[in-house]
Amino acid sequence: MESREFIARRVAREFRDGDVVNLGIGMPTMVANYIPEDISVILQSENGLLGLGPRAEGARIDENIIDAGGGYVTVLKGASFFDSAVSFGIIRGGHVDATVLGALEVDQEGNLASWMVPGKKVTGMGGAMDLVTGAKKVIISMEHLNKKGEPKILRKCRLPLTARGQVDLIVTEMAVIAHRPGSGLEVLEIAPGITRDDLIRATEADLKFSDSLKLMEV
Amino acid sequence: MKSKIKDLTEAVNIVKNGDTLMVGGFLQCGQPQHLVGALTKTDVRDLTLISTDTGTMETSNHFLLKSGKVIRIMASYIGGNPEAGNFLMTGDAEVLLFPQGTLAEKIRAGGAGLGGFLSPVGIGTVVEEGKQKLTVDGKEYLLELPLWANVAFIKADKADKAGNLRIHGSARNFNVLMATAADHVVAEVSEIVETGEIDPDDVNVPGVFVDTLVKI
Repeated sequence: MESREFIARRVAREFRDGDVVNLGIGMPTMVANYIPEDISVILQSENGLLGLGPRAEGARIDENIIDAGGGYVTVLKGASFFDSAVSFGIIRGGHVDATVLGALEVDQEGNLASWMVPGKKVTGMGGAMDLVTGAKKVIISMEHLNKKGEPKILRKCRLPLTARGQVDLIVTEMAVIAHRPGSGLEVLEIAPGITRDDLIRATEADLKFSDSLKLMEV
Repeated sequence: MKSKIKDLTEAVNIVKNGDTLMVGGFLQCGQPQHLVGALTKTDVRDLTLISTDTGTMETSNHFLLKSGKVIRIMASYIGGNPEAGNFLMTGDAEVLLFPQGTLAEKIRAGGAGLGGFLSPVGIGTVVEEGKQKLTVDGKEYLLELPLWANVAFIKADKADKAGNLRIHGSARNFNVLMATAADHVVAEVSEIVETGEIDPDDVNVPGVFVDTLVKI
């Protein structure tokens, strides 16, 4: 299984039946494909809908129904539409149980940098700052190392922040790591074939290992 | 009551040099394409554009930016319209970026007569630069100020002659908010029906907010 699918499958196991979930663009969107069959979650899309369904194709495309990435989508039974102020009220007001986002950097204080690299073309933060600040649980789904093979989990983020101290859980192809406010990062699960030393070498941040450390399963 | 219905040219002539213009829509959805397209052909200049994402390459916002009429952009995401990203690099237009929910609420606050609101979004980030911080019940917030425009261009599916609007699906987005926060609101609509033909239960934007209707 390729690592992106492995990560997405593991993230999908974090949800509880009935959760309202907002999935970011890119790898987080893949999580929707792996939600366990015995639970149902309600997907929110910040452009103004709850009850997001699968991609719309052919005759099912309605040009007025898109997701936050601009893709044409269907809506499920029980869905609702609303304006952007209501949508971000849902997000900021704590009515979203979990959000899943990618990251450029995360640090041991739960800080997240995901929206800007100085000197490179800036696309804007979109709804990421609102989501990370407002959602009850912030899950970062990302590959453990960046494209240059350097750690993305740092002692202190170097890039401009998306939010301060809001990250709850980091899921990578190597491990599942919780941020414990005030006491740093705790490894909860480690992927098959990865040793503690492998993980420490691939991570700049200080790591504690849980007393009940488990094998990461999907 | 005086008719709100105008043709495209007459409607976009409301925009004057130096105006702040709100444009509804989210990416390609709910963009008042024809209004923005017609504005691009006028001589108006020095505009401030408020749009959550400045549309996409396929929307007329792209051509509006290319036309050089816009000197300032207020948005949350400009990844869909490379022209806006170029401005940020070249400095040909000023680009101010806001968290999307903050931008939405600034517009809502403007339309609702509020002097601002307190938001936790952006604490500890560049968003807090230059903003007043307040602590309520031990939690830090940023004071965010309201936005108001000279003109708002919005899009709806259906209007009645009183200006009540019906907007389908996820196209409500910023259209509903911008309708409340400008001196003059122009709605581009696909259909205009007699007053009373839209059920009051189905009105997404009450007609009091809408000054001009343009049927496309």
